[in-house]
Amino acid sequence: MSPSRGAAFTEREASVTLPWTEMAEAGLIPQGGTAFRVKTGSWRTGSKPVLELSRCIHCLRCWIWCPDSSILLDGEKVTGIDYDHCKGCGICAQVCPPKVHAIQMVPEGGEA
Amino acid sequence: MAATEAYRITERRRMTMTGAEATAEAMRQIHPDVVAAYPITPQTDIVMRFARFVADGVVQTEFVPVESEHSALSAVVGASAAGARAMTATSGPGLALMHEILYVAAGYRLPIVMPVANRALSGPINIHGDHSDSMGSRDAGWIHIYAENAQEAYDNLIQAVRIAEHPEVRVPVLVGQDGFIITHGMEIVEVLTDDEVRAFVGEYQPERYLLDVDHPMTVGALALQNSYFELKRQLAEAVKRSARIIADVGEEFGRLTGRYYGLTEPYRMEDAELVIVVIGSTAGTAKDVIDELRGRGVKAGLVKVRVFRPFPARNLRDLLRQARAVAVLDRADSYSGLGGPLFAETKAALYGLPQAPVVTGYVYGLGGRDITPEMIASVYDDLGQLAERARTDYAAVAAEAALSVRYLGVRER
Repeated sequence: MSPSRGAAFTEREASVTLPWTEMAEAGLIPQGGTAFRVKTGSWRTGSKPVLELSRCIHCLRCWIWCPDSSILLDGEKVTGIDYDHCKGCGICAQVCPPKVHAIQMVPEGGEA
Repeated sequence: MAATEAYRITERRRMTMTGAEATAEAMRQIHPDVVAAYPITPQTDIVMRFARFVADGVVQTEFVPVESEHSALSAVVGASAAGARAMTATSGPGLALMHEILYVAAGYRLPIVMPVANRALSGPINIHGDHSDSMGSRDAGWIHIYAENAQEAYDNLIQAVRIAEHPEVRVPVLVGQDGFIITHGMEIVEVLTDDEVRAFVGEYQPERYLLDVDHPMTVGALALQNSYFELKRQLAEAVKRSARIIADVGEEFGRLTGRYYGLTEPYRMEDAELVIVVIGSTAGTAKDVIDELRGRGVKAGLVKVRVFRPFPARNLRDLLRQARAVAVLDRADSYSGLGGPLFAETKAALYGLPQAPVVTGYVYGLGGRDITPEMIASVYDDLGQLAERARTDYAAVAAEAALSVRYLGVRER
C-alpha cells in the first residue's frame, strides 16, 4: 500500500501510532490550522502572563508583539490569554505601556 | 524573437556537443519552472548556457542566482514544495556544500532533478572528474544515475524528470556525468525535438503543493522519536520501488529513441568469464578493450552500473553469476582500507551466491587521472591470473582478492 498524499488527510493519518505504510507521505500535514491542536503551552516554565482586564486600554501592543498568537481578541478588544499556546516569554508584559501595566508575569502555579 | 526561434528544434538532429551543452539543451527542452544555481567548475558550462536561455527569453524559467550551493538547493526545495518543477546543478565541493539539504529534499520527497558534473573534492584542490562528490552523497536518499557519454547525459536527464515525479517514487534524482571527460568532451549527440521532450516529460501536476491556497498544508513539520523512523522507512521503500519505474521509463525512452536503458548495461556478457564492473565514462573505454580482447579469444565482459541508487544488487547477481573473476573499478575511495563503495556493495550483492566469482577491487582515476586502454587490459590480465589460480585453490584466492585493492594508474617506484 502506498502512503496517501493526495487523499483527504484524516485524524487517523495524523496519528503517530500508525504503521509507516499508512502515515501521510513525508510527514506532510495537508490541512490548515493544525498547529492550533498542539498544546505548546505545556513548554511554559517559570512564569506566565496574567492580564488585569480592567486596566487594559486595548492598544493591542501585546497582540502585535506576541511571537505566537496567544493574546485572545474579540474584534479589536483583548479578552484574555491563550495558555494552551503561551510559552511565557514575557514580551507582552514588557510592551504593555508602563502607565497601563495590565499584564504581570507571575510564577507558574501562582494566582491566575 | 529571432533568437528564440533559432533555438527551437523541430526535427531530430545529430549535433556536435559537449556533455554540458547537451545537458543545458535537455534543460531547455524540459523547461523547468525554477532553476536556482551557483557556478562551479565544471558544472558552470551547464548553468551558464541555461542562464543564457533565460536571458534571451527562450525559456520562461524563473532563474535564481544564489550565493552558495546550500542556498541553491534550499531555493529549489522551496520552489519544489511550492509546486514548481525545479532543478539545480552542481559539482564536487558544491555538492558537498549542499549535503545538509540533500537529506531535506529527499526527506520531504520532492521530485527535484539535479545534473552533477562529477568532480574531485578538495584538498588538495582539483577541478577534474572523479566520483568522490556523488559517492559522498550516496546515502542521502536520492536516486543516482550516471552517464557514460554526452548522449547519456542528455537522455538520463530527460528520463530523470519522469522518474522523480512518478507518483510511486517522488524522490529527487541526481544525474552524474564525469567532469571534463563528459562535460567538456565534444561528441555527436542526437537531440530530440522540443515537442518530443515536452511530451515525454509531460506537464508537472503535483497532487499537493504549498501555493495551492485552497488546500493549505505543512511541509517540514517536526518528526521526533514517534514518527521520524516511519518516514525514513517510507523513503527507503520509495527508492527501492523506483528500480521498476527506472526500468519502465528506460524502456519507454527506448521505444521513442531506439536507446534503451536499464539499471545496469551488460556488454558482451553472454559467455563472459572475466568481467569489469564500472560506472561512467570508463565503461566506454572498457568496451573498446573488450572488443580487442574478444578478437584474441579472451572471454571479457563488462557490467556498467548506470544506477547506483537504488543499488542494482539483483541485476549484478544475475549478470555476474556465471563469471569466474570480477574486477570492480571505483573512481572514488572510501578510505576504509577496502577501496571504494562500488566494490563493497558489489561484493555484498554477490554474498551467498553458490560458486560466486572471485571479486577484487581497484581505485582509479582520482582527480581526473587518465585511465587508458592499457590499464584496463592489465585488469583483464590480472583477472585471468586470478581465475587460473582459483581453479586449484578457490577459497584462499577468493578471500585474498576480496580483501585486496589495487590503485590503478598511480605512480609506483
